Amino acid sequence: MADIATQSDQVAGDSSRPGPFRRLFLHNLSAKIAAIPMVATVLIIFVGCTIWTVYYSFTNSRLLPRNDFVGFDQYERLFATSRWNVSITNLLLYGSMSLVLTLTLGFLLAVLMDQKVRFESAFRTIMLYPFALSFIVTGLVWQWIMNPTLGLQGTMRGLGWAGFTFDWISNPRMVLFALLIAGLWQGVGFCMILMLAGLRGVDEEIWKAARVDGIPTWRTYISVVLPMMRGVLVTAVVIIGSGIVRLYDLVVALTNGGPGISSEVPAKYVYDYMFGGGNIGQGLAASTMMLLTVLIIMVPWAYLEFGGKGRRS
Amino acid sequence: MSQTATMSGAPASAPVPEAGPRGPKPKPFFTPKRIIIYTTLVFFSLYFLFPLYIMVVTSMKTMPEIRFGNIFALPSALNFDAWGRAWTSACTGLTCNGLSPGFWNSVKITIPSTIVSIFIAAVNGYALVNWRFKGSEIFFSILIFGSFIPYQVMLYPLVMITREMGIFGTLPAVILIHTIFGMPILTLLFRNYFASLPQELFKAARVDGAGFWRIFFEIMLPMSLPIFVVALILQVTGIWNDFLFGVVFAGTQNLPMTVQLNNIVNSAQGTPEYNVNMAATVLTGLVPLIIYFVSGKLFVRGVAAGAVKG
Amino acid sequence: MQPSVSIKDLSLNFGSVKVLEHLNLDIAQGEFIVLLGPSGCGKSTLLNCIAGLLDVSDGQIFINGKNVTWEEPKDRGIGMVFQSYALYPQMSVEKNLSFGLRVAGMKRAEIDQRVKRAAEILQIEPLLQRKPANLSGGQRQRVAIGRALVRDVDVFLFDEPLSNLDAKLRSDLRVEIKRLHARLKNTMIYVTHDQIEALTLADRIAIMKNGVIQQLADPHTIYNKPVNLYVAGFIGSPSMNFINGTLDGEIFTAEDGTRIPVGAYEFGGARTGAAKAVLGVRPEHIFIGEAAEGMPFKADAEIEIVEPMGSETLAWTKVAGIPVTFRCSSDIPLAAGDKVVVGFDIARGSLFDAESESRL
Repeated sequence: MADIATQSDQVAGDSSRPGPFRRLFLHNLSAKIAAIPMVATVLIIFVGCTIWTVYYSFTNSRLLPRNDFVGFDQYERLFATSRWNVSITNLLLYGSMSLVLTLTLGFLLAVLMDQKVRFESAFRTIMLYPFALSFIVTGLVWQWIMNPTLGLQGTMRGLGWAGFTFDWISNPRMVLFALLIAGLWQGVGFCMILMLAGLRGVDEEIWKAARVDGIPTWRTYISVVLPMMRGVLVTAVVIIGSGIVRLYDLVVALTNGGPGISSEVPAKYVYDYMFGGGNIGQGLAASTMMLLTVLIIMVPWAYLEFGGKGRRS
Repeated sequence: MSQTATMSGAPASAPVPEAGPRGPKPKPFFTPKRIIIYTTLVFFSLYFLFPLYIMVVTSMKTMPEIRFGNIFALPSALNFDAWGRAWTSACTGLTCNGLSPGFWNSVKITIPSTIVSIFIAAVNGYALVNWRFKGSEIFFSILIFGSFIPYQVMLYPLVMITREMGIFGTLPAVILIHTIFGMPILTLLFRNYFASLPQELFKAARVDGAGFWRIFFEIMLPMSLPIFVVALILQVTGIWNDFLFGVVFAGTQNLPMTVQLNNIVNSAQGTPEYNVNMAATVLTGLVPLIIYFVSGKLFVRGVAAGAVKG
Repeated sequence: MQPSVSIKDLSLNFGSVKVLEHLNLDIAQGEFIVLLGPSGCGKSTLLNCIAGLLDVSDGQIFINGKNVTWEEPKDRGIGMVFQSYALYPQMSVEKNLSFGLRVAGMKRAEIDQRVKRAAEILQIEPLLQRKPANLSGGQRQRVAIGRALVRDVDVFLFDEPLSNLDAKLRSDLRVEIKRLHARLKNTMIYVTHDQIEALTLADRIAIMKNGVIQQLADPHTIYNKPVNLYVAGFIGSPSMNFINGTLDGEIFTAEDGTRIPVGAYEFGGARTGAAKAVLGVRPEHIFIGEAAEGMPFKADAEIEIVEPMGSETLAWTKVAGIPVTFRCSSDIPLAAGDKVVVGFDIARGSLFDAESESRL
């Protein structure tokens, strides 16, 4: 096959035999020129910048990057900073709750939507529209709703329900749930759409076979359909997971890290140290930790994906 | 026994009516199962609709109404004063020009970013499918994996690069950044789409002697309208909603709407004007919402295509 | 004896679209019935109604004398095999076979015994621990049959079970299904669009069109005495040659004036006077050379195209101004342009009323 391709190139080239230079640079020249932006993005941004960040996270750069290596000093200081420790604890707590709830609610809603409901497209439109909005918009609306005096709490108390409490954004112990309410509001619809696409992809005859076998509907969903949706589930976990690690805009708009530092997250820590605190080394070390977190999520996924492909072929 | 069966609709011999069930199984209109399904769906719909309602209602109230009424109440009159002030005179900490400069900044950022990022991604996808070269698949894989790297990891080096290029704090910087970070998902979208087109078309064009760009512009582009619309929706909403890149790269003269909105609400001095805040919020959310409601199924397709096939 | 499956006055509409209309069908115990027809004729719909996977609009379904019209599929005493196999992909073959029984709460020992028997009958014992993804198409279809088998039911329903297999496997499994039927002696209802499957497997074939059974008869009758033009044209490959003309007494006059004596034809009912009619002759009932001598109708013809098929040869020619195909032994040398005498075996032909399209 390769031989044939080379031969035809020779015919097309018409002149001398293609040398290695020709093969590497002139073959498909336009295609290579067209791919320069992609190659540059990959090499300079995704690979180059990442390496740069990891590299300089081992220096004591403050206002400007410096080549002054201090080993793991920045990381030691990072984990000695209570704000960072709060940030990663928050990310862990918020992340696990958000992931589990988004997936469960998304699947549950998708299953309900799959029961031949009327007005399906209306329900779908309603559930997905928050996903079209900016996190800033989402954060600010919920900030207003959770306003302790004039928001939902004030209204309910004004209506005579004196004990009603919904002060989550000003309560350090509940503030993560405030983030969760807003985050779920924006993300569950998207997860539902993914899951619904997965459910609709299941062969109609599987359902018929299960009915003939006398398997109850709920049992079919759990024992047959859910295992068949492995691909969609993994995709959803990876997308939701990488979104959680990036969590920034929503926090800035809803709580700005408060009250105190009780809703800080790593992405905000990085930003504040890089652009606000004049401590680049800290910011870089923190962002390297974020990278590590993503790798911990991504590596098993990549292993599953590529391992899976290997087994299939 | 081997009778010839009925030729017309009427049975050959009148069927003996038998006792017992006949015809469709009777189903009550309200089964417990149906009631549970619809109740749950309606409950969740209320959760999803509630903030939209609050946002719009609050934006039309006067401040006394907000202070003394309840959050659910409808405004006493259709009053767009707060909208006007949000647009022209709300304060963003330093200046008091409202959201309108932010809106125009967002337009200036979104339009070129969308066009450039989609064009480059379309060319990428086309080259990846039809003009594979050594290593092209490896670059593509890194591109996709790269999309999962947190932006914060690449943020500072990018600031340095744009500073070196002399564009930091200007529109071209933001456009460049959006093009870079939009590339993975858009390239994936176009690659999958071009791969689904019949390869024979491309081969036929090559046999006819057409080159890289000629095939791209005259064969591939005319066939890719649907995917362009999907990419357009994805990019316009994505770029419009961006906050981080706007804050870092645009410079104070070009801050996009989302950044100005956050400034109006979160760093304004004096007594907060919740009606103006909500009006500003509605205004910022309006563009993506309009796109969402107009595009309908295509938005869903963009969302699902980006995810499921990936 | 009580029929195994009895369908009485069955109708099914999707909205205003009538898919099945007042359909009646009795299937004897142990009978192998094939529902045959092009896609969209309602054959799969009928099968799904029998299985209880579709709600009927009117009429009744009896299985072993029991009115099951409103019963759930699992309570109807049926097992079903699907075109896409519909195996549960994440379960091993053994789990696939036993899943329904386990959900029904059957005793472990009984389940094991049934799975073992099914695996033995279908010769899939070595595959029991494999996942469906690691099976070939033919093996998957056996497992699918096994899943129906373990249910220990009286009626097996097959919905185009061989359509996803390649030609070679298809003919292998066809024989195997026939062997299975000979061994189990269950009632089997089999849906297909493949006439070879229908002719080889069926005790009786029901040919369907637009939701109506056109003819229900054994394969021999269907092939040799089709009740109408539709059945005649649907069965047989290459299909029957049709000549339009007028029938008057025992003389059929083609449109170009060729007179064909049809005295040898065995009319089914009373004949009326001169009427428009269609004469149908199968390609293998047209002879050339010596064999054509004794035929009631002979004509001179020129061979246009010859298609050698190996064991036999198909030839295209024109008789009475109409293109006609015939089949002959490949031993007879034939070439395009040859002048031959063709003879029609009218006794084995078919005559149809042009108006009602039904057999005369």
